[in-house]
Amino acid sequence: MRIRVLAFARLREILNAAETTVELRDGACIRDAWAALAASCPALEEHAASTRVACNSKLVAFEHALHDGDEIALLPPVGGG
Amino acid sequence: MFAVVREPIDPRTFDDPIRPGDGGAVRFFGVVRSRADDGRAVHGLSYEAFEPLAIAEFERIAGEARERFGDVALAIVHRIGEIGVGEVSVAVVASAAHRDAAFDACRYAIDELKRRAPIWKKERYADGSARWRENESVS
Repeated sequence: MRIRVLAFARLREILNAAETTVELRDGACIRDAWAALAASCPALEEHAASTRVACNSKLVAFEHALHDGDEIALLPPVGGG
Repeated sequence: MFAVVREPIDPRTFDDPIRPGDGGAVRFFGVVRSRADDGRAVHGLSYEAFEPLAIAEFERIAGEARERFGDVALAIVHRIGEIGVGEVSVAVVASAAHRDAAFDACRYAIDELKRRAPIWKKERYADGSARWRENESVS
């Protein structure tokens, strides 16, 4: 299945893209998407613990199961205000 | 009103209405400082947001404020993009029957926005360097 990935702030810079896609096996979860991204971009790994994730604009856990066409967002620690 | 905007927020004309019949309204404007916490001269800030989730978070914060402080009307507007020193990055307006609830709700809203709204800023310094600045950690 194909998942759309949005990345923000420092994670966008690390991935060198605001938006990308990953191909995953059926039954994969967000942690698998993260692992696929980190495989091609190892600098991502050290940010795993501080990153929150959303699926289709709702905050979810890394164990959240994905479906073809889902859009996930990688959210580093925030700095608004 | 809950919004993420790209155009300047002018504190003199920011016109979110004071709710008819209310007895007090508190307006907070967050402004880009000329100096970073470490004293370095700041040229400006670059903000970005995950807009659908940011607006949903503003609405959630307003709902929590009503649970805590009673019947309070809140408006939260955050600007994104390049923002210069002295310009407004965020505006929060709280209107309520009495001032205590308006002050409390305004403070709650800006504090919670900083803690958890999916918005990010990069501090750009006069010497040309830049770095991402994080607020206090989120549980």
